[in-house]
Amino acid sequence: MKPVDHAEASSHFIQASDHIEFHDRRLWDLRTKRDRETATIPEWEQLRTLASQIKEHTLSHLADYLEQFERQAQANGVTVHWARDAAEHNQVVHDILAARGARTLVKSKSMLTDECEMRPFLEQRGIAVIETDLGERIQQLDDEPPSHIVVPAVHKLRSDVAEVFARTLGTDPANSDVHYLAESQRQTTRPHFLQADAGMTGANFAVAETGAIVVCTNEGNADLSVHLPKVYIASVGIEKIIPRTEHLGVFVRMLSRSALGSPITQMTSHFRVPRPGTEMHVVLVDNGRAERLGMADFWTSLKCIRCGACMNTCPVYRRSGGLSYGATYSGPIGVIIDPTYNLRKYSALPFASTLNGSCTAVCPVRIDIHDQIFKWRKVIAERNALPFAKRQAMKMGGKLLASPRLFRAAVEAAGAGVEYLPRVMLYSRLNAWGKQREVPAAPAMTFRQWYLKHRGRP
Amino acid sequence: MSTRDELLGRIRRSQPAARPLPPLPEFEAPPPSVAAFRAALERMGGHWAELPAGGRLASHVAALFPDAQVVCSATDEVRGRRALDPALPPASLADVDVGVVRAALGVAETGSVLLTESQLVVEAIGFLPQHLLVLLDPARIVPTLHQAYCDPAFGLARYAVFLTGPSATADIEGVLIHGAQGVRSLTVVPLAEVPSRPGSGTGAA
Repeated sequence: MKPVDHAEASSHFIQASDHIEFHDRRLWDLRTKRDRETATIPEWEQLRTLASQIKEHTLSHLADYLEQFERQAQANGVTVHWARDAAEHNQVVHDILAARGARTLVKSKSMLTDECEMRPFLEQRGIAVIETDLGERIQQLDDEPPSHIVVPAVHKLRSDVAEVFARTLGTDPANSDVHYLAESQRQTTRPHFLQADAGMTGANFAVAETGAIVVCTNEGNADLSVHLPKVYIASVGIEKIIPRTEHLGVFVRMLSRSALGSPITQMTSHFRVPRPGTEMHVVLVDNGRAERLGMADFWTSLKCIRCGACMNTCPVYRRSGGLSYGATYSGPIGVIIDPTYNLRKYSALPFASTLNGSCTAVCPVRIDIHDQIFKWRKVIAERNALPFAKRQAMKMGGKLLASPRLFRAAVEAAGAGVEYLPRVMLYSRLNAWGKQREVPAAPAMTFRQWYLKHRGRP
Repeated sequence: MSTRDELLGRIRRSQPAARPLPPLPEFEAPPPSVAAFRAALERMGGHWAELPAGGRLASHVAALFPDAQVVCSATDEVRGRRALDPALPPASLADVDVGVVRAALGVAETGSVLLTESQLVVEAIGFLPQHLLVLLDPARIVPTLHQAYCDPAFGLARYAVFLTGPSATADIEGVLIHGAQGVRSLTVVPLAEVPSRPGSGTGAA
């Protein structure tokens, strides 16, 4: 399998300048709203610590909590299934649907079902799958994966949505009014809710103590997907377990504040017992998580509650777009979990970072994201999986940085180079820093020259 | 070996050394206030509509929704045009203009109301109607989600939901739309709960 070339893929997104400007601004706006909202909670930093400790405790006793959850869910009348990987998950879901003759499935957003590529699997077997979240529906109709885990179509402008809906829902191609577009999706989705044979959600949390599945949405589409059909299936990654109901107070207070800068999602739903005459199924999915749990440097990435705050704050994500990562999970959190799925395929992703640490600073469960990005780079370098140009550049860089004399000579030469070299040499394929940007003018004096002049003894 | 046993074995072998579960502290919270609840609710796009002095609830509802054809109530206090029965197929609520429910409690921090199947009668009444009217006893407002999660409903109810304002989306260019898939508006009427009279039905028309 060819490794994903993040830089190459993002260059297409970067070329669409009105898209990238909007994308950058919209996500930074979410980050700003997050800051304003978290500043109103005096115990915010304490909540982050508690959330981290609760998750680390749970992960270190995960098997026991999974068994407790299973017992409790079964006592509630829920059928619990287990799946080693994506293929088994998809088969379990298909078996449930096929045994009941279900032909249509309405579902709310679930990164896990994207990770398992469940939709094409079911569709090839004659089951119509309808995404009911507006952003996810836009992406489904455009045959694209979500580009962001919270706002799936954030890379699209209203004109793009108007084009997709005109092509697929028959709306007026000339009308890109956002209210019109959203209303069209509402009207065309509603009959699916009323007629679907089965409904599906992911899970934000699964409570071991009560067997409850907790789903946070703003649109109400998860509740409609569960409360109308006769069969409800929840796909749940094993790391979603938390011990008790009281812990929800900690996580729910932080989730939407971190994600969108709102105090809570419009709906926070707790599904525990199927209503009379209906069925509820929970599929507990591993798909590489147990292996990640055993990785000393990377297991804490399983604390993630999928708020997307690290993506909104990341300068590389904001200016390259989620699709350029070529993976289900993009942005800083994607960069540290994607290599556990396929190290070779995602070997370039840990380099899609400036290691500025902003992701770590906003993470509500205190994952040391930028440290893990750095550790992945070491793993990839040690396995000789670096591309040739990067390997040579790093070798050269290592030599320069190890020798003060060589380093000073190089800095001075580079300053002169920017001034005197012809453009054709600076903005060639050999210089990645000259792509899509002007190399900054070198200051008149290097820092060392300034220091020697003002402070220095030679 | 079954998938379950294989997985649990794999997880046990991978688990890091045991970490302790931290006790949850008592967070200091301001006393629950109606004003704080109202401000949070309105921020989330909900409406607050007090009963005019001496006014009757029925005329209040009629004034709030003058064009409503079908009002369906899960409360004793409002008589809808259609009775809400737990045996109703949920899809039969598709033509309801206004659903009426009484909240189990309110959360001042977020402007949320808690509803379970006991209050909803048919769960879909919280999502399928065009508009939702929620009666809330101001005495049942708690300060934060920490207090709200102490409610026994989370271990007893089939289903429990915090509703905070109407259904909303900002999935296209961040433009806020109320009424994505669920209700287009959510209005809270503060009204003390009167113990229900024995023998009174649930919102019979």
